Amino acid sequence: MDKVPIKLSVNGVEHSAEIEPRLLLVHFLRENLGLTGTHIGCDTSHCGACTVVVDGRAIKSCTAFAVQADGRSITTVEGLEQDGKLHPLQDGFFQEHGLQCGYCTPGMLMTGLAFLKTNNSPTDDEIRHAISGNLCRCTGYVNIVKAYQYAAQKMRDGGE
Amino acid sequence: MIPRSFEYFSPRTLDEAVALLQKLGPEAKLLSGGQSLIPMMKLRLVSPEYIVDLNRIPGLDYVSESDGHLKIGALVREHQLESSEIVQTKFPVLADTAKVIADPLVRSQATVCGNLAHGDPANDHPATMLALGATVVATGPKGRREIAIEDFFPGLFTTSLEPEEILTEIKIPLPPPRSGGAYLKIERKVGDYATAGVAVQLTLDGSGVCQRAGVGLTNVGMTPIKAKQAETFLTGKQLDEATIQQAAELAASESAPMDDIRGSADYKRDLVRVLTGRALNRALDRANGGA
Repeated sequence: MDKVPIKLSVNGVEHSAEIEPRLLLVHFLRENLGLTGTHIGCDTSHCGACTVVVDGRAIKSCTAFAVQADGRSITTVEGLEQDGKLHPLQDGFFQEHGLQCGYCTPGMLMTGLAFLKTNNSPTDDEIRHAISGNLCRCTGYVNIVKAYQYAAQKMRDGGE
Repeated sequence: MIPRSFEYFSPRTLDEAVALLQKLGPEAKLLSGGQSLIPMMKLRLVSPEYIVDLNRIPGLDYVSESDGHLKIGALVREHQLESSEIVQTKFPVLADTAKVIADPLVRSQATVCGNLAHGDPANDHPATMLALGATVVATGPKGRREIAIEDFFPGLFTTSLEPEEILTEIKIPLPPPRSGGAYLKIERKVGDYATAGVAVQLTLDGSGVCQRAGVGLTNVGMTPIKAKQAETFLTGKQLDEATIQQAAELAASESAPMDDIRGSADYKRDLVRVLTGRALNRALDRANGGA
């Protein structure tokens, strides 16, 4: 089958590629670009481990074709840290022990990135709804909610 | 899981999309949100030869009010409905529905029109659109045509769209004053399909008599079900508790569930009864000005 050209921005870096239309976005990120921070979990759009942010919206990259991302701007977990400084969400997961095995963490962080942009003073209940598409089998979610609150506070203090 | 190969088309206008469907024939499949289609392609339950991606067509992502109707364009995502002010204020049943579809990540991609066009009786919007008396707008080689929602689901995973037609808009009449609706769904976990779901839309007159009742049922039959007997029974009556309970029993008798991993047919039928009662009470509260 013919390959198609795409151009997109990932973590602020422009990329061009020739891809098969059936290539899933998560495979493009991991295999073509080597950005393996985005995880593949269930591969059936249940678990959210593959969550990335596309033009400001958190989506499951196992349930999108890479060709659909042509011309779009993507942020993955690798794009969170800036100039050697952890993003407030990453800091929050560290401070509040928001992970154990860490497998779900990239997805949890990316859902948080899109969510806190729309709501920087969420209730615990709003956070629980926001992460309802991201499964964690270790933490019981309590510390993840705390980590989001930590990040929200830090972002408010920082004027974000 | 990797889908079979396909050829990809990305039209920039509706006319171009319709022309592609005419040219490519029945092996072409439309892609909008992709949250049902892509998982099915990965599982190789479907393997279309051609994908016609609607996402690059501008001007299809509107939720607007005109000519006495709410209009929802083909590329409106579920999260847009959740956050739309007109939906929250005038169509609480629609806001209820959008909030319980899949999960927030899926809802940032999934489209409302796709939820109907997929023809899946387990999807949530069909019941709601049946309760609201919506109209579906199909665009094809001969232009636009309107299809009443009760004629839209002839069978399992089928719709009355022609192969060369695209579902481009949903039209819902604006509810008169003293209207209210509600959608209730029982699911085993977030993101699951409904074990059963019930959508209700009521309009009352000045003395509280029911002028119009719409009742739609999710995932309790081969197609989305319009509970016509319950609707007829409610119309013209004061909605006291005994009336509501009788209507709930009628709705349960109109459902046609099957035993599966989500429960037995008897259990689901009883869920329809309980949910219909609760949804009618909530819709009544809302018609009387409650939240």
